[in-house]
Amino acid sequence: MQKHWNALRAYRHGFLLDFRRTQSQATSNVAATTPASLVELQQLRLDDARALLGPEMVEALPPREQSAAYLQGVIDGLCELSLKDPLTGLSNRRHFRNVMERTIDIVARSGDPALLLMLDVDHFKNVNDTYGHHAGDLVLQAVGRTLSKCVRPMDTVARYGGEEFAAILPNCHSHYGETVAERIRQAIEKLTIQIAPGIQIGITISIGGAYAPEWVRSTTALWTERADTQLYNSKTGGRNRVSLDQPQEIYVSAEEKNMLFGHLALGDPAWIESVSGDTPTSNANGSAQRVN
Amino acid sequence: MSDELKSPQPGTEPPSVPLMPLGKVVAVTSGKGGVGKTFFSANMAASLAKRGLRVLVLDADLGLANLDVVLNLYPKITLHDVFTGKAKLEEAVIKAPGGFSVLLAGSGMVEYSRLTPEVRGDFLHIMNSLVPHYDIVILDTGAGISDVVLFSVSLASEVIVVATPEPTSLTDAYATIKVLVNQQKRQNVRMVINQTARLGDGRAITMQLQQVLDRFVVSEPGKPVRLIHMGDIPADPSVRQAIMRRQLLMQSMPGCPAAMAVTQVAIKLQEALLPR
Repeated sequence: MQKHWNALRAYRHGFLLDFRRTQSQATSNVAATTPASLVELQQLRLDDARALLGPEMVEALPPREQSAAYLQGVIDGLCELSLKDPLTGLSNRRHFRNVMERTIDIVARSGDPALLLMLDVDHFKNVNDTYGHHAGDLVLQAVGRTLSKCVRPMDTVARYGGEEFAAILPNCHSHYGETVAERIRQAIEKLTIQIAPGIQIGITISIGGAYAPEWVRSTTALWTERADTQLYNSKTGGRNRVSLDQPQEIYVSAEEKNMLFGHLALGDPAWIESVSGDTPTSNANGSAQRVN
Repeated sequence: MSDELKSPQPGTEPPSVPLMPLGKVVAVTSGKGGVGKTFFSANMAASLAKRGLRVLVLDADLGLANLDVVLNLYPKITLHDVFTGKAKLEEAVIKAPGGFSVLLAGSGMVEYSRLTPEVRGDFLHIMNSLVPHYDIVILDTGAGISDVVLFSVSLASEVIVVATPEPTSLTDAYATIKVLVNQQKRQNVRMVINQTARLGDGRAITMQLQQVLDRFVVSEPGKPVRLIHMGDIPADPSVRQAIMRRQLLMQSMPGCPAAMAVTQVAIKLQEALLPR
């Protein structure tokens, strides 16, 4: 396996050089030199890449002038594959875990609230059993698209496994969490999914959510566990509902901080010197005082 | 416990809801670590003991306890042994140098730093059996706003937040108070400002905190949160000396400004909790 990767890397290097040369010669846009049809990311599977790395690789490659772009496309595709779920195009579980870890770091440092949602399609087994697995796939894809539409670009939505999805919403204040989760639930409820000509079905989703504990470093396991508990509550509470972990209202806004240190600007406490001697601080606080 | 605090489903209630605020139990906490919480707890206990009260200090910082370091005590039997059933509760309570009793967590407690129903139950049981034997029980909690800290604070009828004048410490103290008001519906929070440079700084800081709370923290109608300024402890080189020698300030340098200030806080607390 390692050998293959090395080979791929070497090829990539050589082809990249070639590619850059062709680019500089023909300054027309890259899209023209890389026909979209050459690499269909949606259809790219690890098998394609393996075939490429086999002994017949050279014969398998398209003509010389196209191969650089093609191989680059394969590499980009592999990178995508390692992050994305092939069926829905959402993040995969591994990538999601990395995002979670990073979010925990950020929350522990900044105290900005972050919400984790766990979402599970209700009675998904019935869809599979009644209409077949292709119908199930269509449902999952539709759910994936709807989830992506309901959140901000900065949020991460993942297919967590089976019919379970997960989302991380950084910088999501406690009163918005409920709104977002409810919006998702309603959007899924309104969805009509065409699974075969003339057959449309509707589904519902159960949602559980938990905020990352602010100011303290949590673990992905504990955070997931809390969200899972809430998902379980939604399921046992009758499905098609939202349950959120009681958020801890400990977000300290910039306004609050400004007012907290407002007395620094009063000038008299001696500890102002030991804390900060720079005037910008006192100016900032001074203006806050006037606002009050 | 008021009705709105009760969770509809048993077992799903947030861990920080006061289970049964016990009489004469004082939790000492802080948002930020390293502000002198344990130092203050131990010396205030010594001061109260000197005034003839039966005082117990309980190391409620299950994860990173260091009351043993401050008191220079390393008993064979600790709270850990009680939790694991290796020893009886009475064996783990020992006499500290300042004339008060102490129950140390022991280093094995890290594994109990996650608040499971068992840990909660054990802790509650221990508190229930100890409290009747003392005039005041002081819970030296951990820093921050973790489940364990909030749970141990929820067992106390009074809470003292220790902070220093640094903006980081104030922000974290403010965040802690906010949680105590929001989650535990606390109305009174006592403040001790440690390491102040000038007389009056502490009171000014408490007033400032109160103003920010009044403006930003929504409490129940007619039940505003009130900060009670318990006192300033001035920055004093004797404190560092005592800590480095691992002695109680109350014993080694009872006349120094910081020790006098701790005594003032102790008197105020005694008056509030045990009025004659």
